[in-house]
Amino acid sequence: MIEIRNLSKSFGDLKAVDDISFSVKKGEVLGFLGPNGAGKSTTMKMLTGFLDPSAGSASISGFEVGAQPIEVKRRVGYLPEGAPLYADMTPHGFLGFIAEVRGIPAAERAGRLAEVVRKVHIEEVLHQRIETLSKGFKRRVGLAQAILHDPEVLILDEPTDGLDPNQKHEVRALIGQMAKDKVIVLSTHILEEVDAVCTRAIIIARGRILFDGTPAELKARSPEGRLDDVFREITTGNSTPDFPADSKAVASPNPNPDTVTAS
Amino acid sequence: MRITTSIFKRELGGYFATPVAYVFLFFFLVLTGVFTFYIGGFYEREQADLQPFFAFHPWLYLFLIPAISMRLWAEERKSGTIELLMTQPISMAQAVGGKFLAAWCFTGIALALTVPTWITAAYLGQPDNGVIVAGYIGSFLMAGACLAVGACISAVTRNQVIAFVTTVFVLLGFVLSGFPVVLDWVSGWAPEVLTETVASFSFLTHFNDITRGVIDTRDIVFFGSLIGCFLVANAIIIDLKKAA
Repeated sequence: MIEIRNLSKSFGDLKAVDDISFSVKKGEVLGFLGPNGAGKSTTMKMLTGFLDPSAGSASISGFEVGAQPIEVKRRVGYLPEGAPLYADMTPHGFLGFIAEVRGIPAAERAGRLAEVVRKVHIEEVLHQRIETLSKGFKRRVGLAQAILHDPEVLILDEPTDGLDPNQKHEVRALIGQMAKDKVIVLSTHILEEVDAVCTRAIIIARGRILFDGTPAELKARSPEGRLDDVFREITTGNSTPDFPADSKAVASPNPNPDTVTAS
Repeated sequence: MRITTSIFKRELGGYFATPVAYVFLFFFLVLTGVFTFYIGGFYEREQADLQPFFAFHPWLYLFLIPAISMRLWAEERKSGTIELLMTQPISMAQAVGGKFLAAWCFTGIALALTVPTWITAAYLGQPDNGVIVAGYIGSFLMAGACLAVGACISAVTRNQVIAFVTTVFVLLGFVLSGFPVVLDWVSGWAPEVLTETVASFSFLTHFNDITRGVIDTRDIVFFGSLIGCFLVANAIIIDLKKAA
């Protein structure tokens, strides 16, 4: 459903994303991991049609992002980094605006709105101005905006950032519920999150894919089974001899994500 | 159309969600009043027309329009909502058009609130209503042109103060381009054709033509094409420079 082919993005001399390729299928929850500045957000921005790639291409549900951006945007729910929102609106007004722009028929609007409001638990702040809300509520309004039109593809840039442990748990449960009939890509710094919600993990650093496999495989890289150690090892370049540091070796399309990618 | 309307409504609602709209309308009405009745000598002239009212509009717009237009795109950039907006299934034309129309409609509301001045003139004498209607049309068109310039400049930066100051400066150029202060810069070295072209861009000249009661197609085409050009430039700027 998502296909990325040799995608690159440069900002001046800086190569933010450097020739990455992968595909994600329906039912998969892909965790995008990597240090700050690794190229996670830039990749997501290109996937959602916000930024144009310097090279390469991407398609979503068979539509090319470059050629048919509107078709792509219709099928994607996107939570941008930091969950930007119109601060002078109320969540109710804001979600109503998104519903209109998304073309949800007027008859279904109220029902859809009530459903997502219940899903992300923002009932109590529905008529309060967004700028007065706590970080956790803002993030959840952003999430509500992304799932409002029940998209085929969900792209979430740090969906649990700023949430307390209970809220994190709720959002993960929500992602888990939606996972089976959607394609979900989420980025995170929190390694336990990958273990908790993702069926697949991609580690990216300096714009290149360094690991592509299941969370279990990722864990198996460390003798103690600690994700932190593996993450540090991979992203700082101190690869164990049995792990290929060359991104090309792991970036090739993997027909079955459940099999071990790296040999 | 549906999407443009949604963006238009959100944007216009945004003006009234904060005190911005009320502060603007208050000062617009106070200043038009001061200019018309005190500086313009509305009573002393003993003529039932709105000439002193319209005469100051270019100068009012010079400072008040940038205050409306500065937030159009700069705020979206600053708060990051531009990413939210541009990843919705909307076209660039719908985004640029909806925003511009909301700002233009807002200036229309401000103008509509000055109707009591017209009523005053009508009460005191028999003004030529046709001329006054022409004045309103001209003023509204000029406001649109100023807004389009401001929207385009607002698209370049994420800083509203920079957008404001730059827009004032550019609008000053447009307002004064029929005057020596601008023409002297050009006439010294450029061929006369260019000097005349620059002079023909004067908002004052086109606006004054209309407020005299002559709605010339050329003046309407002038403001209309200016709006069109700056909105296209606005769209191109957003397209080229989406990330802040």
